[in-house]
Amino acid sequence: MKDLALHVMDIARNSVEARADRVEIFFNLDKTDRKLEVCFNDNGCGMDPEMVQRVTDPYTTSRTTRKVGLGLPLLKMSAEQTGGSLNIWSQKGKGTNVTACFFVRHLDCVPPGDLAGTATLLITGNPNVDFRFEFRTGEECFGIDSREIREVLGTSEINQPKVVRFIKEMIGENLNAIDFIY
Amino acid sequence: MAKVKTLDDLRKLKADLKNKMELRERSNDPESLVQIKVSMATCGIASGAKEIMDYFIEELDNQNIDAVVTQTGCMGYCYAEPTIEVTLPGKKPLVFGYVNRVKASEIIEKYIKGGEMVDGIIPDSYTTLGKE
Repeated sequence: MKDLALHVMDIARNSVEARADRVEIFFNLDKTDRKLEVCFNDNGCGMDPEMVQRVTDPYTTSRTTRKVGLGLPLLKMSAEQTGGSLNIWSQKGKGTNVTACFFVRHLDCVPPGDLAGTATLLITGNPNVDFRFEFRTGEECFGIDSREIREVLGTSEINQPKVVRFIKEMIGENLNAIDFIY
Repeated sequence: MAKVKTLDDLRKLKADLKNKMELRERSNDPESLVQIKVSMATCGIASGAKEIMDYFIEELDNQNIDAVVTQTGCMGYCYAEPTIEVTLPGKKPLVFGYVNRVKASEIIEKYIKGGEMVDGIIPDSYTTLGKE
């Protein structure tokens, strides 16, 4: 994965595949400790303890179309190569929580990439799933929720190109405003 | 500080588009629209599926083609990512592989606008692991 935005897309898609209808993704950028924490919470089908143990093994996957599952192993690698870590908590029937921690000044830290685009495509490309994104840099915070957007749009569709473009610009501008850059 | 867009601006955009009748209501019949599903699993993402999804949304908007672009999981054709599934109204879904920007533009121009076949279709008789 070339950047953080692609990792986020990948891990959030796991939640969608796990039939979650609510996925929350929190970004906490601590500029003094130069640490970024990305936390995924979903209410999907969850995993049993044995699966949680095995899930960062690339030869473990829930899908039947292929035998390898690289999403979490790659995220683990990206986090650990900065001196950070990956933690997974999950309970069958409850949901899953994945937290990745990066030290952003490390030479091997992946760049942020197009986070606004990823958030937009997840929200608009999965109209049946509720997403919440929260970006925090110290005191400042920007949050966006599928529910809020749907409320504004009423009966209009969320995945129309003009709406999609607007949402992407809105998220991008807000990320700049809170200085979410590392 | 520069003006930052908010949900209020989205409300305005919605009102604007409504006046111009450009906004589509949530329809009971999604089959009446062109549907594009972009395969967005690890394999697709690593091969550039996000860029292709961005491209389709941008290009369909520029050309005013009414379509729905959504994400889907791995279709099993990891060797041919990025893959997309295009369903024209009343037609069977077709899966295209190795979709880059050039191929995407060809799919829009020839298949979506003209109904003409283009190279790169993955036949539906092709089975992947576990399907049989």
